[in-house]
Amino acid sequence: MPPFLLLARAALLEARRSGLPWLALGLLLVALALAGFLSQVALTEGRELQAALVAALLRAGGAFLVATHVAASVAREANDKVLELALALPLSRRTYYLGKVCGYGAIGVSLALAFAVPLLLWSGPIAVALWGVSLAIELLLVGAATLFFAMTLTNMVAAIATTVSLYLLGRTIAAIQLLARGPLAEDGWLQELARYAVDAVALLLPGLDSATRSDWLLYGPPGAGEYGSALLALAAYVALLVAAGLFDFQRRNL
Amino acid sequence: MAGSSERALGVVPPWLWVALALALAAQVTLQALRPAPAATADDLPPPPTGAALRAATMGEPAAGARLAMLYVQAFDLGAGNALPYRRLDYGRLRGWLRAILTTDPKSAYPLFAASRIYAEVDDPAKMRQMLDFVHEAFLEDPNRRWQWLAQASYLAKHRLRDLRLALGYAADLERLTTDPGIPLWAKQMQIFIAEDMNELEAARIMLGGLLESGKLEDPGERRFLQERLEELERRTASKR
Repeated sequence: MPPFLLLARAALLEARRSGLPWLALGLLLVALALAGFLSQVALTEGRELQAALVAALLRAGGAFLVATHVAASVAREANDKVLELALALPLSRRTYYLGKVCGYGAIGVSLALAFAVPLLLWSGPIAVALWGVSLAIELLLVGAATLFFAMTLTNMVAAIATTVSLYLLGRTIAAIQLLARGPLAEDGWLQELARYAVDAVALLLPGLDSATRSDWLLYGPPGAGEYGSALLALAAYVALLVAAGLFDFQRRNL
Repeated sequence: MAGSSERALGVVPPWLWVALALALAAQVTLQALRPAPAATADDLPPPPTGAALRAATMGEPAAGARLAMLYVQAFDLGAGNALPYRRLDYGRLRGWLRAILTTDPKSAYPLFAASRIYAEVDDPAKMRQMLDFVHEAFLEDPNRRWQWLAQASYLAKHRLRDLRLALGYAADLERLTTDPGIPLWAKQMQIFIAEDMNELEAARIMLGGLLESGKLEDPGERRFLQERLEELERRTASKR
């Protein structure tokens, strides 16, 4: 087995033994229970409410689980000097980093699969499959982002906070841009500057607002163009994060 | 026990047991003494803009819009007052429904609530505000929102007693809808409105037509409308 696959397997094994599957199951049960309760209160669109709410909770919860797990895993390896030990072996830094990305990505894919299946209760298989694939790439992105921040910042809390901020901004930046251009926005150089600043920040953020959308589950799957461009944007950002992470890791003195 | 990461419970000093029990009891007592949260009609806050609400949903407009509807619905629904919704500030209510519809334009919830709940108050001015909101929303997407304008037309005739407004809505429904899936009774709403038909008959035709068209898939909505129809039947019987 190639070394990077061994590292990926070790990451998966660590996730299984750290109780991550139980946390995922707990999240699933909480999401189902909450959606079931709220659908009783809804006067109409009870089914849509359940699907949208479960999908939204699982998406956000999945991202949080991956981010915290990756940050804790990197911190543990740093404390136990596992990184130094691994690099003392005939193993390149590139292989080590890519092995980690693959392992954390596999965790994201497993979670996405586990979270997509219950949505078949409310939506068709094609819509659920498209949503699940999108979630898998989104969780891969979250894993890659957390790995990057955890390795560069070497602080678990800072890594989680930065990843969560990046994730939330990525999901809301389109709406923030809309607000900056809205009819209530005043005209003036300061406002214009703010608009440019928001647009500039948007250039550096992942396009999470157009991926893993719960309305695909409610109103039918997206068109091929829309879906393809959403996934392409995510994949491009994963590539950017991996390249940036490798760049930083290559330069680092251990 | 060998290999266990915890020591036996007996090593915890007695005062700590007491402190833990007291702290837990204090917490439960304080929470139990808090008054139950209740939203009243006067509390409906100013509505956010559609863009602000969309931003607040963190990229989940479908879930966010429906949660916002449940939030708005909590104001006075089931509060137990004799005239539900009447004390709501309808200007704010309309703003909320508009923001929610902007957040998820494909959701039928805001229009359902506007035409079947909030428009059924005995205050003509407030009723007109809701009917106008439904009409405005219909103009944005006639083929998706026709059934709410049909309901608005029915309410304008039978509750508001404004035949001109009802016929105007029915004319718009006929003129602006192009989807061949829209049932004939809805397309011919003008004749249906102009006919000398009582409210119960009209309600029965509309509900029957909606059930037949497959537009009422949600069991909660079916139950709600069935209850409304039974209430109308009781009211009509008591008038005789």
